[in-house]
Amino acid sequence: MSCWDTIADYGLRSLGIGERLLPRDNFTLCQQVTLIGSGMIWNVYFGTLAMVSGFFLATAVALGKAAQSPLLRKPSEWFIFVFRGSPLFIQFFFAYFLFLSLKQTHPIFEPFTAAWLGALIVLFLNTAAYSGEIFYGALQSIPKGDLEAADAYGFTGWNKFRRITWPTMLRLAWPAYTNEAIFLFHATALVFFSGFPAWQQRGDALYYASYFADKTFNPFIPYPILAGYFILLTLTVTGLFGLVNRRLNRHLPQQSRSKLRLRPNLLR
Amino acid sequence: MLCYLTTGKHMAIYVSVLVVLVLLAITAVTALIFGFGGAMAARSRFLPLSWFGKGYIAIVRGVPDIAFFLFFVLALDIGFEMLRHGIKCPDWTAPIWQGNDFVVCPEAKLPLGNAPQWVHETYAFFLAVLTFSIVFGAFAANVLYGAMRAVPRAQLETAEAYGMTHRQTFWRVLVPQMWVYALPGLSNLWMVLIKATPLLFLLGIEDIVYWARELGGSKTPRFTDYPHGDWRMWYFLALLVFYLAFTRVSEIALDRIMRRLTHGQATLAGEAQRKAAT
Repeated sequence: MSCWDTIADYGLRSLGIGERLLPRDNFTLCQQVTLIGSGMIWNVYFGTLAMVSGFFLATAVALGKAAQSPLLRKPSEWFIFVFRGSPLFIQFFFAYFLFLSLKQTHPIFEPFTAAWLGALIVLFLNTAAYSGEIFYGALQSIPKGDLEAADAYGFTGWNKFRRITWPTMLRLAWPAYTNEAIFLFHATALVFFSGFPAWQQRGDALYYASYFADKTFNPFIPYPILAGYFILLTLTVTGLFGLVNRRLNRHLPQQSRSKLRLRPNLLR
Repeated sequence: MLCYLTTGKHMAIYVSVLVVLVLLAITAVTALIFGFGGAMAARSRFLPLSWFGKGYIAIVRGVPDIAFFLFFVLALDIGFEMLRHGIKCPDWTAPIWQGNDFVVCPEAKLPLGNAPQWVHETYAFFLAVLTFSIVFGAFAANVLYGAMRAVPRAQLETAEAYGMTHRQTFWRVLVPQMWVYALPGLSNLWMVLIKATPLLFLLGIEDIVYWARELGGSKTPRFTDYPHGDWRMWYFLALLVFYLAFTRVSEIALDRIMRRLTHGQATLAGEAQRKAAT
């Protein structure tokens, strides 16, 4: 069986397309690379959707935390505190069992107990809290002069926010936000280890990597493959965010443009 | 309700809270030692050693840490068993890797096959601590390496002008001053470490996550005097609150330490404290 056959059989295995049974013995390198790569589809899915949807909530939360009225400020502060102060792992477990017991009374919650929706919601809220804090910090450090200049030009309300405050906030927050995006993609590896079942063995990359490690009792092949995939993913994310960063900074003189500086990644 | 929360099995979850705290205490210290070693190696003037230190710091970047946790536990286990295999049974001829099986002689098994249950648990715990220390040691090394470079050059040059040797400068001038620069990073690391403890569950330790799942599951009256439905949600809510409280308390404590450390330092915050006092 050539490697192409393996890719045809297992390339989309994580979505349930292709061969039903996972390989059981005589694992080839090709099988491991294909299956783990197939699992990466889920990591990209969770990461991208949570990132995009979380972005909007994060902006709202950041504005809420900076608001004068305690009615807006307190909920935002608590939201950020709860999601940043507790382990993501526990949040996954709690959400899973919460949805499970809601399902008993309201059948409408049926899809929430599956990873594709339930875990996505947790990741969405989690990343919204983390990036909300980043955006809040950036919002606080917008130069006073920029806002005064906006006032002088007669910008008010939504127009001022849309054209001055928001772009400046994004520009200042972007390097930290890039790191947050990388954290988020790494955090997606937790999903199938935290209650959410991998239905019909459709798991993410780490799920397959640990499957191989368990079966062969040899961690030295699947985990480096996984590491390779994640490094590729990290590089892609960094590249995309770098493009946005360039656009956000395009009006500044060459020297004062902020470079993206990557800090080491910590888990949460 | 009170009766329910004090059954024999519930004692296990209270003990496992202690296990988590012990793990935190041990790991914090060993990770700091690993980190200090790593940072010293990275600063070393001996090139291969410096490469080793920098490589150790860099290797933990770019990859999800949970993968490291899963990897190191297996890899360390294999490593120890192979080491013991080599020492204890030199005349063992069968190959160690037999297809997908990993076979060492019975005397080299870790822990020994006939060892009591607690030895197995302790060994698993030891592996977990070592894994946590290696991963967090790399983070700590990065923080300390940065802190050592943040100490003003003038301080070191003054020390050299006084005729201190390289080693004396390091221990008497650099190390006492670097903590204030390292503390923000280290306190961040501590928070991350607290939040990483539930991952113990993945390393096969019977920790709070394990017990919350066990005890919360529905119980029928047939097997227990205290039957209940599926309470796992409430158990995890309790864990969530526990972790929130824990991080909050640490935050306050670390703030205090930071204020103590900045006292008398040649930094902006130190200046502000001095001015406020007078």
